[in-house]
Amino acid sequence: MSAFWSIWISIITLGVIVGVTWLLFATRKSEKFKETTEETVGHSFDGIEEYDNPLPKWWFNMFLITVVFALGYLALYPGLGNFKGLLGWTSTNQWEKEMAHAEQVYKPVFAKYAALSIEELNQPGNENGLKMGQRMFANNCSVCHGVGGVGAYGFPNLTDDDWLYGGSPETIVQTLINGRQGGMPAFAATLGEDGVQDVSHYVRSLSGQDHDVAAADRGQATFNSVCAACHMPTGEGMQALGAPNLTDNVWLYGGDFAQIAHTIRAGRAGVMPAQKDLLSEDKIQLIAAYVYSFSK
Amino acid sequence: MIKHETIEKKMGLMILLIIIVISGGGLAEIVPLFFQSSTTKPIEGLRTYTALELEGRDIYIREGCHVCHTQMIRPFRAETERYGHYSTANEFVYEHPFLWGSKRTGPDLARVGGRYSDDWHRAHMYNPRDVVPESKMPSYPWLFENKLTGRDTAAKMTALRKLGVPFSDDQIVNAQEDVAGRYEIDALVAYLQALGKMHSEYTNKR
Repeated sequence: MSAFWSIWISIITLGVIVGVTWLLFATRKSEKFKETTEETVGHSFDGIEEYDNPLPKWWFNMFLITVVFALGYLALYPGLGNFKGLLGWTSTNQWEKEMAHAEQVYKPVFAKYAALSIEELNQPGNENGLKMGQRMFANNCSVCHGVGGVGAYGFPNLTDDDWLYGGSPETIVQTLINGRQGGMPAFAATLGEDGVQDVSHYVRSLSGQDHDVAAADRGQATFNSVCAACHMPTGEGMQALGAPNLTDNVWLYGGDFAQIAHTIRAGRAGVMPAQKDLLSEDKIQLIAAYVYSFSK
Repeated sequence: MIKHETIEKKMGLMILLIIIVISGGGLAEIVPLFFQSSTTKPIEGLRTYTALELEGRDIYIREGCHVCHTQMIRPFRAETERYGHYSTANEFVYEHPFLWGSKRTGPDLARVGGRYSDDWHRAHMYNPRDVVPESKMPSYPWLFENKLTGRDTAAKMTALRKLGVPFSDDQIVNAQEDVAGRYEIDALVAYLQALGKMHSEYTNKR
């Protein structure tokens, strides 16, 4: 801050304090008004008059205390332009101290669990680590995946042991670090509406749901040439691509006919946001361990 | 000394004294900030909003999101753990008006960009209870029906440029084309995904 503004702030701040102190004494009643009197301020509204008595002493003194407090505050904390205050306090260094303290307290706790593998974290004796993972899951993941990890429409259920990208500890960690980008293309243009209907019937048949047999037969040929590249000819999917298993009757976007047809027609692009810029490795490790515990 | 009665009965004097009393705080606390580089110089690499994001920002204001959501992360560990790096004045140089807010019924949104998927934002805006059962945020289903015309987008950008936001000529010329026909929800989600992503100076890892 330039010297001009520093002086400007200091003069106004101290000026205001001097001003209010002057006002306090200037309007103080003189000695003869020390005691309560019958004297009024002289005006009358609808017969209501106002006594002209001095401020009670304790009240007057309280005003004085605020002035002393203000001067003390300005001496200790930054308030007068470039003057840093005797305590050297800033909001940033307060935060840094808070962070350093937390680092000291929590780092050993995290370090203890970071040394363990996710399998080991799920062994008896490490319940506290999983509890920490649970808290962090609740704070960071439950908004999409639900409080107990049961998911919602469009957001995978993590508890059903049915994994889009795989459920091994390493895969879960990878999913957390880098995120995932689902890529089911839209096939409305390629297949036409009839084609979409036929393939939908065939997809229904894969999980043993009600379907039109003739349409499903027609759909099978299309499925084998178009869909099998990712979902495999058996319909069991491919975790490397995040192509879901269509035979297990577990559905991310619903398994009724209309939903399946819509998925084929318009495609889907579910996104798991990458956490690598948000959460440290130690935290990801514990969250992954907690997620892994669902399927144990 | 001056009598109570004198001040009370002379309007001009009273007005003058009131102005002196109430201007003290503003002159010492607000006016100097207009001239500090920490508040007037944008943070390194600060970009401007795209036309779609800008329209989304106006929807954010129209729907009163700033009444329940702040965009101001204070320098406390409890906040930086949850939301990311604390906010600094130089991040808001292009904000007219700023949307810091003053009350959190919902969480702070200063760095919400990239934390959730577009799909999540759409589901959440359509009916928050679909994804967060305990939420008490209102639903905004009309955002999925109303379309933007982009009629005023270029004019808004021109006005903001007069206030110092460096929109390029290209951005202004293409503004209408960029937003016309898009749904309001597209604009709002684009804006939300830009929050905290307008520069990359800070690390939000924690």
